[in-house]
Amino acid sequence: MFTYYLELALRSLRRSPGLTALMVLTIGFGVAASMTTYSVFRAVSGDPIPWKSSKLFVPQIDAWGPNGLSRDNDGEPSDALDYTDAMALMRDHRAKRQSAMYQVSPSVVPVQAGKHPLNVSGHAVYSEFFPMLDAPFLYGSGWNADDDAQRAAVVVISSKLNEKLFGSVNSVGKTLNIEGKDYRVVGVLDNWKPQPRYYDVVNSGGFNEGVEDVFVPFERAIAVSMPNDGNTNCTEIPKESGFVGLQHSSCVWIAYMAELDDAAAVTAYRQYLDGYARDQQKAGRFSWAPNNRLRDVPAWLDFKKVVPSDTRVSLLVALGLLLVCLVNTVGLLLAKFLRRSGEIGVRRALGAPRGAVYTQFLTEAGVVGLAGGVLGLLLTGVGVASVGLVLPKSISALAHVDLSLLSLTLVLAVVATLLAGLYPTFRASRVQPAWQLKSN
Amino acid sequence: MSMQIKPILAALHRHKAGTVLIALQIALTLAIVCNAMFIIQQRLAHLSEPTGVDEANLLVISNHWASQMSPQQTDAQIRADLTALRQLPSVRDASPSDGYPLSGGNWDNFIMRTPDQLTPTTDASVYMGDEHMLDTLGVKLVAGRNFNAAEVMQMAPRQVVIPPVVIVTQALADHLFPDGSALGKPIYSMSATPSTIIGIVERLQRQGVTTWNKPYAYESLLWPLRQDGSYYIVRAKPGQLADAMREAPKALYAQSRMRIIDSKDGGSYPQIRERAYDSDRGMAILMGIISVVLLAITAAGIVGLTSFWVGQRRKQIGVRRALGATRGDILNYFLTENLLIGIGGVLFGAVLAIGINLWMVTQFEMARLSLAYVAVGVVALLLLGQGAVLGPALRASHVSPVEATRSV
Repeated sequence: MFTYYLELALRSLRRSPGLTALMVLTIGFGVAASMTTYSVFRAVSGDPIPWKSSKLFVPQIDAWGPNGLSRDNDGEPSDALDYTDAMALMRDHRAKRQSAMYQVSPSVVPVQAGKHPLNVSGHAVYSEFFPMLDAPFLYGSGWNADDDAQRAAVVVISSKLNEKLFGSVNSVGKTLNIEGKDYRVVGVLDNWKPQPRYYDVVNSGGFNEGVEDVFVPFERAIAVSMPNDGNTNCTEIPKESGFVGLQHSSCVWIAYMAELDDAAAVTAYRQYLDGYARDQQKAGRFSWAPNNRLRDVPAWLDFKKVVPSDTRVSLLVALGLLLVCLVNTVGLLLAKFLRRSGEIGVRRALGAPRGAVYTQFLTEAGVVGLAGGVLGLLLTGVGVASVGLVLPKSISALAHVDLSLLSLTLVLAVVATLLAGLYPTFRASRVQPAWQLKSN
Repeated sequence: MSMQIKPILAALHRHKAGTVLIALQIALTLAIVCNAMFIIQQRLAHLSEPTGVDEANLLVISNHWASQMSPQQTDAQIRADLTALRQLPSVRDASPSDGYPLSGGNWDNFIMRTPDQLTPTTDASVYMGDEHMLDTLGVKLVAGRNFNAAEVMQMAPRQVVIPPVVIVTQALADHLFPDGSALGKPIYSMSATPSTIIGIVERLQRQGVTTWNKPYAYESLLWPLRQDGSYYIVRAKPGQLADAMREAPKALYAQSRMRIIDSKDGGSYPQIRERAYDSDRGMAILMGIISVVLLAITAAGIVGLTSFWVGQRRKQIGVRRALGATRGDILNYFLTENLLIGIGGVLFGAVLAIGINLWMVTQFEMARLSLAYVAVGVVALLLLGQGAVLGPALRASHVSPVEATRSV
């Protein structure tokens, strides 16, 4: 029976090619616009570390107080830590794993003669950074706590830098000249490029085209005065000059992440942070009550508004376009179905139940939806491929077509068209056989 | 026309579903297109804001040192670099700097009128350069004087230096001293040490132009500091920018190879503008594409549904023609019918457009929709409707009176 309806549908669609083409185009464009913007939204709003994000926390400590000249005056503590607080948290070591970190941009001098020195970006971190974030290694591994303590001259590099400097061989044990000093390569990361760069949102702004090329031990970087290349926010100008002056100041420039496995650990850590702030208050360093935050990665990304509002607006506007397309399709299907009132009258008079009319016309709507979906697939492919022309590279590069996007496109097209076909089909099924036969 | 409205309304009553669908489509289209156009206008206005510098002839070179040097060595190297740059035949002037307009935001300080103020008066983008900075940028001094060579101080990395003199933009001067008395007054930049305003420049855009910077647009200050420069700003002689872009890096490498010139930062102003505003431009294009598709689909929908109505009513049209209605009457009938539906649609659409905008204002950093956009949108959609209906209506007007005698 279904094949018969399918045949009827195709015949009917062929009879009015203009109207059919218009409906297919409408569905195709509406679905493609929605899916293209959705592919971008999906890319930027995804969880960068879904298996662990609810266990990774960013602590915030109010080091400036209510009178601090904070940017937004919203009562929130600053979004990074000053050196004193970051070091206290590292020393107390209350989480399962934790790392203070700051962004660096050292120069690397290639061993090959005649090559220009390179500027690379990276972070100064503690040894627990790598296991905490499940950073994948191609060769070797991170360093250990002893290296942290001894300020060892070791470095973890990206596979990209490895390729550039050592020609994609295992470079573990080799030497790298960073800012004029030799570092031993202990690990090569396996194309690790989390987007958004959730471990330091403040400095990456979330999305970043580049790969982080070097990771060096935090205390080593401090000892050799490797300057901070990220944001520095101050409520007053440091009293002393130089990098040491920054470390002694209340300027905030250090990102921090802690791994807490269960609710009890989170509660304990909150209490610890409040206790720490209260101690600081007692000691006279803070003249205000504790004002701390402890957000997990999803909450932190949300708080930092990592998903650009443009992406949301685009998705909403595209969904609006889809809605208009659907209203349009309802109108066109209505016109198409009711034009065949005579045919329906004859079928009904010959004994076809309402259900048969429903099946017939919804099949027709489904065929339109499927055709629109196929066109939508093509247009979505074109759309995703060309978002780079319109959106910043750091974001557009993340959008991609995959099986789930393709199936979603088809399903959306068919379901949307079936929904659009419901009312016209209902009207068609209400056609009075007697009236139709009489009027002719 | 007026005599026709009653029968049209009666006919529409019999086509409730189709009427409502067209009106709804017009309403939604109006609501979305108004907001999209408003977004486009806001973005275009933002990205065409002038920087105040001589963009046509400027080149920004991002320079990092590849070897560790003492502050004295660095300063000597910077001076040597600047001398080399200024001697190039294609170069008019050059200055060291910590940043450049539209760089994306490097350094900004809170500014106070008194040293013990708890809340800052405003925030200024901080530019550091030497006595060549004003000429290099090509900004116009409207009051006071430029720095002299003796005032330029050296600043090692992260050294805390508050120069005793400062040049501010007109916007900053007006914000701090609305009575126009800025020249000669001290200002405090997150420090108890005053800087006295010795000059005012007409316009110099901030380094950052994101939403956060908006309340402080064009509020910038210049300090006579030669810091461990991250940038050299080079002003080419008129028409010689291409030469300067070729010669400058060569001249710098000739001074020392132990440097890294970052090609992804700085460059010429067309390149800088593209980077600074790429998301704004992208958003404007995207909204434009969606609006065009939307209008096309709505027009096509009107054509489709009206054609159906014309087909359905051929017999009635024939009867009317046979009873003496002219072609013009039939044409008018369909145009008026569409106009009535359109008016219903745009009324609802205007309310919807404003409602959507008010909601977006609360959700996203967006301005209030100006009513002019709604007015233009209303007219545009009514015209679109009339244009779309013209084809089917003309076809209807060509229905011959004989049609009345035919059975379907």
